[in-house]
Amino acid sequence: MEQDVILLADHISFHYFDDNERPIPVLKDLSLTVNRGEFVAVLGHNGSGKSTLAKHFNAILLPETGNCIVDGINTREENRLYDIRQRVGMVFQNPDNQIVATIVEEDVAFALENMGVSPAEIRKRVDDALKSVGMYEFREHAPHQLSGGQKQRVAIAGVIAMRPDCIVLDEPTAMLDPRGRWEVMRTIRQLNREFGITVVLITHYMDEAAQCDRVVVMDDGKILFNAAPKEVFSHVKALHAVGLDVPQAAQLADELIELGYSLPPDVISEEECADALAALLDGAGIHPQHQA
Amino acid sequence: MSILRTEHLSYVYSQGTPFEKIAIEDVNIDIEEGEFVGVIGHTGSGKSTLIQHFNGLLRPTSGKIFVDGQDIWANPKEIRKFRFMVGLVFQYPEYQLFEETVYKDIAFGPTNMGLTPDEIDRRVKEAARFVGLSPIQLEKSPFELSGGQKRRVAIAGVLAMQPKVLVLDEPTAGLDPKGRDSILSQIKEYHQENGTTVLLVSHSMEDVAQYAQKALVMNNAKVFLHDDVEKVFSHAAEMEAMGLSIPQVSRIFLDLAGRGYPVTPNVFTVEGAKQEILRVLGKGGSAHA
Repeated sequence: MEQDVILLADHISFHYFDDNERPIPVLKDLSLTVNRGEFVAVLGHNGSGKSTLAKHFNAILLPETGNCIVDGINTREENRLYDIRQRVGMVFQNPDNQIVATIVEEDVAFALENMGVSPAEIRKRVDDALKSVGMYEFREHAPHQLSGGQKQRVAIAGVIAMRPDCIVLDEPTAMLDPRGRWEVMRTIRQLNREFGITVVLITHYMDEAAQCDRVVVMDDGKILFNAAPKEVFSHVKALHAVGLDVPQAAQLADELIELGYSLPPDVISEEECADALAALLDGAGIHPQHQA
Repeated sequence: MSILRTEHLSYVYSQGTPFEKIAIEDVNIDIEEGEFVGVIGHTGSGKSTLIQHFNGLLRPTSGKIFVDGQDIWANPKEIRKFRFMVGLVFQYPEYQLFEETVYKDIAFGPTNMGLTPDEIDRRVKEAARFVGLSPIQLEKSPFELSGGQKRRVAIAGVLAMQPKVLVLDEPTAGLDPKGRDSILSQIKEYHQENGTTVLLVSHSMEDVAQYAQKALVMNNAKVFLHDDVEKVFSHAAEMEAMGLSIPQVSRIFLDLAGRGYPVTPNVFTVEGAKQEILRVLGKGGSAHA
């Protein structure tokens, strides 16, 4: 249904220039649709064009050919830039480059002040946004006192306070430790499930992509796969060929299938893998020994 | 032979102030020449503080550090010598490049060592070759390169000093899987070709499992484990409880072992997992399904 589409890239192409002013194509006639409420991961090695695509979704970049439509607005409509940015918020890799204020709550209020929102409404939205990312208790802290994961959640709160329909996150966990990654992923999932915010997550981490509704794999400016995680991660060799990993669970299952053992072809989570291995062992007459 | 040893090493930040914090406490480790050691621990466990002691960037609050048998603080005026013996590659080292050309940036360390121009030239080219930088790239400004290439320049700058011990703090943070594998393979190759002792600080136990022989696990300012990788990873459940993320296959095998299947939970690579399943199936008699 037409009204369910929030992001639409329609045959878009884009290029940068190298040192000798020669064009380097980055996006090649790429088309992608994201529906309202979806949680989509975009994978691809460095240089595959995924960040360039992300920047098209809130009109930081405009396509050379083709069109990018955000909630029905063509990103070429310059006078609607604010409408587009208010609908699609972006979060980047480095938390330190995104925080501008010296107090957490002032940072979250920054965009709202620029948008001319009334003070009472700002107060409410900042509190709501900080609560939704679990950072309300830290509202009066200085950002430098926070961990990387906490700073990234403040950056997300700054975007949420604008009440966007969609957030595009460009490797938001790349600079975080495992705990920070876990905090940020939990926050993103919650925003998607509880508030229905559409999420486009650009990541190198396969375990994060495995938690999404849909995985888009980019290579050389084009879309290589666009399907549910189970379907995408079953293409172990094709993913390796474009410099990507698959979750270890999927790789182990794939290698055993290759050796002629019968396992389900769509194992991606730990639990599925453990169940599949248990079934394989049971089938071979090796059963649990309950001595412990 | 021991190349790096600590004796009751402790470090306290802001001692005597209300912000006093014990970063490392009574650390006693002994690293043999030529070992490849993975250093693991979550943020705040003390691992970064520890590695900054190895070349004298931090001076211990108490305890001693020995590099190649010499107490590095025996004569503080000679600390510079140990900075050349123990090369430290920091996190996000690409932000530390500053020279006009890649060549000059890599040559910076060897030049400070007072080597002859011929020797400097030889070392720069050798280090560049190891990290996969082409002769054309050597003449470029480091700022014209991509993030991954800049990181290689920074690593080459430390390799060019030919340290006896190479310490890398999260050298693959923020890289894609291809870039990560290529940098770690190059480090492994360098290690094998030169016999250099390597300490690799990483959040990724998958990487430690794949590249290191030994693992040092820090927790709450202390050494939790320091042993062969296999032995360290047999404590996977404890490490998980500590907030460290253990490899996915380790969790799968802990689960299977917990359900009572006769598999070892000490599995940490996909290859190891495959071999373990094949071993158990082999025992069961009926092989192929």
